[in-house]
Order: sequence, then structure tokens, then C-alpha cells
Amino acid sequence: MTLLSKAQRWGAALLSLLLLFAFLAPLLGSGNAATQDLSNILTLPDRHHWLGTDQFGRDMWLRLADALQLSLALALLCVLTSASIGVLLGVLAATGPAWLDRLLDGITTMILALPGLVLVLIFAALLPGSFWMLYVAISLIQWIEYFRVTRVITRRLVHSPEVQSSRLMGFGAGYLFRRHFWPAIAPQLVTLAPFGAANAILTMASLGFIYVGIQPPLAELGLMIVEHFPYYSDAPWLLAQPLLVLALLVLSCHLLGRSTER
Amino acid sequence: MRRLLLKRLLQLVAVSWGVGTLTFILMRALPGDIAYRIAASRYGMDAVDSRAAELVRQELGLDRSVWATYWQWLGDLLQWNLGTSLVSGQAVTGALWHMLAHSLLLALVGILLAALIAIPLGLAAAHWGGWLDRFTLLLSTALRAVPVYVIGLLAVLLFALELDWLPVAGFGTPAHLVLPALTLALSLAAVSNRVVRTEAARVFDAPFYEFARTKGLSSRQAFTHHGIRNIAAPVVAFFGVQLITVVEGVVMIESLFSWPGVGHGLAHAIFARDIPLIQGTALVMGALFVVLNTLVDLACHSLDPRGGQLS
Repeated sequence: MTLLSKAQRWGAALLSLLLLFAFLAPLLGSGNAATQDLSNILTLPDRHHWLGTDQFGRDMWLRLADALQLSLALALLCVLTSASIGVLLGVLAATGPAWLDRLLDGITTMILALPGLVLVLIFAALLPGSFWMLYVAISLIQWIEYFRVTRVITRRLVHSPEVQSSRLMGFGAGYLFRRHFWPAIAPQLVTLAPFGAANAILTMASLGFIYVGIQPPLAELGLMIVEHFPYYSDAPWLLAQPLLVLALLVLSCHLLGRSTER
Repeated sequence: MRRLLLKRLLQLVAVSWGVGTLTFILMRALPGDIAYRIAASRYGMDAVDSRAAELVRQELGLDRSVWATYWQWLGDLLQWNLGTSLVSGQAVTGALWHMLAHSLLLALVGILLAALIAIPLGLAAAHWGGWLDRFTLLLSTALRAVPVYVIGLLAVLLFALELDWLPVAGFGTPAHLVLPALTLALSLAAVSNRVVRTEAARVFDAPFYEFARTKGLSSRQAFTHHGIRNIAAPVVAFFGVQLITVVEGVVMIESLFSWPGVGHGLAHAIFARDIPLIQGTALVMGALFVVLNTLVDLACHSLDPRGGQLS
């Protein structure tokens, strides 16, 4: 588990590069991502604006860093929340009383009956343009995957000789989790979490595209793609920037999620 | 088998209740006086006065208690009485049938096209391997790294704006269908061609397949008698997993190409805060999703009657 595959190493390198850009870029460049300069729109990269300016003369270098920060923050929050809820409920369902297992199974069946994006769309309609609503909606869908994997693994372990003997020796639930369940669950999370992050990022970008996600003037990758599209013949590099960043971000997550044996 | 169908039926009920409740909350959670909001979206911001709002309030029964309205809301839903669009005043049910036909057409053509791309490509990659295998892997990875609407945007840039072969957006002629369906097909085939390849490689390497060749069957006979069905069962099962891509892709692609389907309707209804229409379109998408899932289950069952996947 400590040894990363070649694909994972590439993914990690790419992701660190993007992280570096997201957090160092605002320090290197001067000014503000929201400052407009209408006499200086759609410029090519130059000494002042390292990646050029957009249709309002805003600095693309800073805006891309802002958008990346937003996407990364959402991905991190969604993965942390859904993984902890999913693992906790998964272990509870496998070790707890039968009615709890049935109840949780019923809830997941219900949520899975609706396509994820439709559920996120309805939530987004509740509070348009809210980052937190997106976070709640995406986490609400994503915890199920962690829950299912955890439940299957834990259920297999519960009746194994080693857990039985630990129980007989009087060890508590916390010890069982740390010593037996977590080591079996953790490797699966390494695969699940990057794909969850990629999905969260793609979902936010998709919502931005149909104008129900993050609202302008905030920088968001999907929204930027839509905003730049009308200028594609005048400034193709402008459309290419958010596209490329989004693709690299998702690609780095996908590479990270490649399991070691493949 | 019966348990499975029962579970799917339960899901159908859950979808209706969930969508109904969520949209009801949505209705109540709108900031400001809902009657004014609806009147504004109906008559335009300038034409709203307290008389118009009062009319809307009476017409929709907005002055009663929360629970009374909620039960009535669910009761209406049960009778498939979805109300009228707040914006256009049309009956939602009628609009839904119209949209559904367009969405189904798009989804069907997209899926067929995806099969036409993914199956030959996957089989070829498994059979020849080498650079073809690496090339499809590269292409699939690249297509999976971008959201589906980006594939659509690039297709529009290339085929409609640069080459000028096909219309950018809209509907009516078969030419309008090509780009949306192609976009959906590409996003589906990006993943499924790899699944076909993996499954085909597994079957081609299996002892039973080698035995079929050793006992004297031609490669064609071995493939038709021993290959197809064994490859098809997992591939169809995987298609069930991909259904979510179909439904989500339909929402995005229809919005991009202004294709008058359910997804386009949903996105527009959310933008205009047209709650009955949000409820109707979300309901149809959820129901469609469950029905398609059931069909995939049945297909898997008939391909591989030994069971196992069915639970």
C-alpha cells in the first residue's frame, strides 16, 4: 500500500503542481481577481497579465487560481464528509442491530433511485449559487459508495476468527475498529476517494455550465468555460485555459485512483 | 426475481415521494412571498401588484397551513395531477409527454451509436492489442477527464462552426440530432469500450475458449458460439452502471444543444423557478431511471439465467 503505482505517482505529481499553482499564484501575481480593466480586454499573455485577460479585463492568472482553490476545497470537503459518514454508518450497519442495517439499506436504495445530478439540481434550486448547498447535495450522494464498500468488508470480517477472539477477550468497539476493520477499509478508500473528488469537481463544473451552480462574478471552472465560449474566435486561448485546468485536475484524480495492480 | 421487481417498485414510490417532498420544500423555501414570486414570473416584474399576487394566492391555495398544503400536494401527485406550469400556464403532463419523446429519441440514438463505437473498438483492441489498445486507452482517459458538455462544445466548434457540416443547436431535422447523439455516444463509449476490451480479453484467454479452438472450431464459430454471450453478460451489466451517465448526460447535452427534452426542461424550470415543472421533469427522470434499470436487470437475467447478479 505504501508503494504507489506509476500512474498514481504521475497523478500525485500533477495534483501537487495544480495545488502549488492554486495557492502560490495569488502571492506571485499582484492585484485582485475581480478587478476589471475594460480598456484592456482579451489580451494575450504579457508581462503584467501572465495568462492574459478575459472579456472584462480581469487577470486570468489570478482567476484560474481562484477557481482551482474553489474546486479543490469542494472536492476535499465532499470527500472528507462523505467518507467519514459512509465508513461510520457502514461499520454500524454491519455490526449493529438488524433493523439499523435494513433502515440504512432502505435509505440508500431511495437515494440511488434518483440520478445524482437531478438530486443536486433540485438542491441547487433551493439556494441558487450557494457553495454550501452544492457541498451538502454532493456529499449526500457520495457517502453511499463508501457506506456500501465498508459494509461489505466489515460484514465479512465480523464473523472471522480474529474478530471473534478479540471480542471474547473483551475488547471494545473502538479497538475492533482500529485493529481489524480500519486496516481492511483504508486501502479501498485510497481508490474511492480520488474518484469521489473527481466527480465532485465535475458536478460543480456541470452546474456552472447550466447556470445553477456558483454564480458570477465568482471564478469557477465550468462557469468560466461558458463565459469564454462566445469569445472563442477572438480569443481561443481564453477558452482553452479553464478547459485545460479542469481536464488536468480531473485527470490527476483519476490517475491517483488507479489501483496498484493495474 | 420477484424480490427484485418489488425493490424496483419501491424505488419508484420513493422517487415520487422524494421529488414531491423536495419540490414542496422548495416551494415553501422561496425567499419572499411566494405569491409575488409566481406573479412576477407570470406577468413580468413590472406588472406585479398586490391584486395580481392575491389572485395567484387564491388560485393556488397558498393561504392554508403547511401540512394541509403538503397532503394536498402529495394527493395531487398520487393522482398524477402535476398542475400547470407557473410560467407558461400549460398543463405540466402535456409538456412532459412532448419532452419525453425527444429525450427518449436522443438517449436511444446515443446508446446505439455508443454501442456501434464501443463494441467493435473494444473487440479490436482485445484481439490485436498493441498500439490500437494503447491508443483507445489514451483516448478514453482523455474523454473521461472532461465533463460531457465539453465534448459537446468541442464537437460544436469542430463540426458546426469550423467545418460547417451540421447545425449548432435546435431540433427538427435529423441533422440536428447528430451532434447531441454523438456527444452522448462518445461520453458513454469512452468507458464502455474499455469494459468490452477487458471482458473480451478475459474470454479469449479462458480455457473453455482455447478448448473450443483446439477441438477444431474456426475462430468465427468459436466467437459466435462461445464468445458473444460470455462477453455480453458483464457488458450489459455494466451498462446498468452507465445509465446514470445517460441520464446526467441527457441533462447537460440537451441544455447545450437546446434539445427540447426533459433535461432541458428541468434546467430551464430551475432557472425560472417554475416549481410544478421542476417536479414533473425530476419525476420523469427518476421514473425513467428506475424503469431502465429494471430493463437492464431483466436483460442480464436472460443473458445469464444462472443468476448471481440478481439479488
